[in-house]
Amino acid sequence: MTTIREWQVGQSLPDVTLPPVSRLDLIKYAGASGDYNPIHTIDDEAKKAGLPGIIAHGMWTMGNLAKLFTPYCEEGFVQDYFVRFQSMVFLNDVVTLKAKVKEKDDKAIRFVVAAVNQHGKEVVKGEAVFALYE
Amino acid sequence: MYQGDIGKRSVKVKNIVERGAVKKFAEAIGDLHPIYWDEETGKRSRYGRNIAPPTFPRVFDYGVIEGLKLPAKGLIHGEQRFHYERPLFVGEELYCYAEVKDYYEKQSSMGQLGFLVIANNGEDADGNLIFTSTSTIIINEAVRKAMSV
Repeated sequence: MTTIREWQVGQSLPDVTLPPVSRLDLIKYAGASGDYNPIHTIDDEAKKAGLPGIIAHGMWTMGNLAKLFTPYCEEGFVQDYFVRFQSMVFLNDVVTLKAKVKEKDDKAIRFVVAAVNQHGKEVVKGEAVFALYE
Repeated sequence: MYQGDIGKRSVKVKNIVERGAVKKFAEAIGDLHPIYWDEETGKRSRYGRNIAPPTFPRVFDYGVIEGLKLPAKGLIHGEQRFHYERPLFVGEELYCYAEVKDYYEKQSSMGQLGFLVIANNGEDADGNLIFTSTSTIIINEAVRKAMSV
């Protein structure tokens, strides 16, 4: 298995494409996170809020995006993680998770991260600093 | 609108990084790496135990900031930030509180927007800060108007 230290500035971790967003995904996230805002699970409530349909929790997408780093948990940890929620994620959207090395030294690797929908639009974008153990 | 609330804090609430909650959360974000849920993997790891995913602090209770009135509907989660001193350990106790960090307004094509920055912090039993989770909430003009009526 590759170690995270091997990645060089400009290289990207392998993309991960999620299955189409399902209602069950969002019901599960609502239950697991305690965020029961009905715009994420109930069609009528989403429409009342002026949305075309239910939308994914931004934190669901952010949570998914972090898993690009989980395989390297023996080498370090996510010390800083920042995202801006750029655009909404709807049911059946196909989201791809991306991370590219921006800076690197002996102590940490800074990644530019993004979640992109099937139209190539960034729905979430930000940065993650992965701190390396000695 | 919220300038007067900057600096207000909630009273600390004791939370436990609960094993079942971590597994359920990891499942909900499709991140079922055994470091989060398998006890043997946890024991054999450098941590000597299981850890929680970086966005897990979403589940904690941070208490109530006295006097802070938020609209029930129409809030937009604009940005989110996490900072960690180390990963969270399954089974540990954390003392969590919320604080109003900032409030500012900006003119945009969608009218005057309000930006409310709330930090959710977690400390260990000795009072060492373990993580900070900062949310920027956008309050649009329609919601602002409805609140001032």
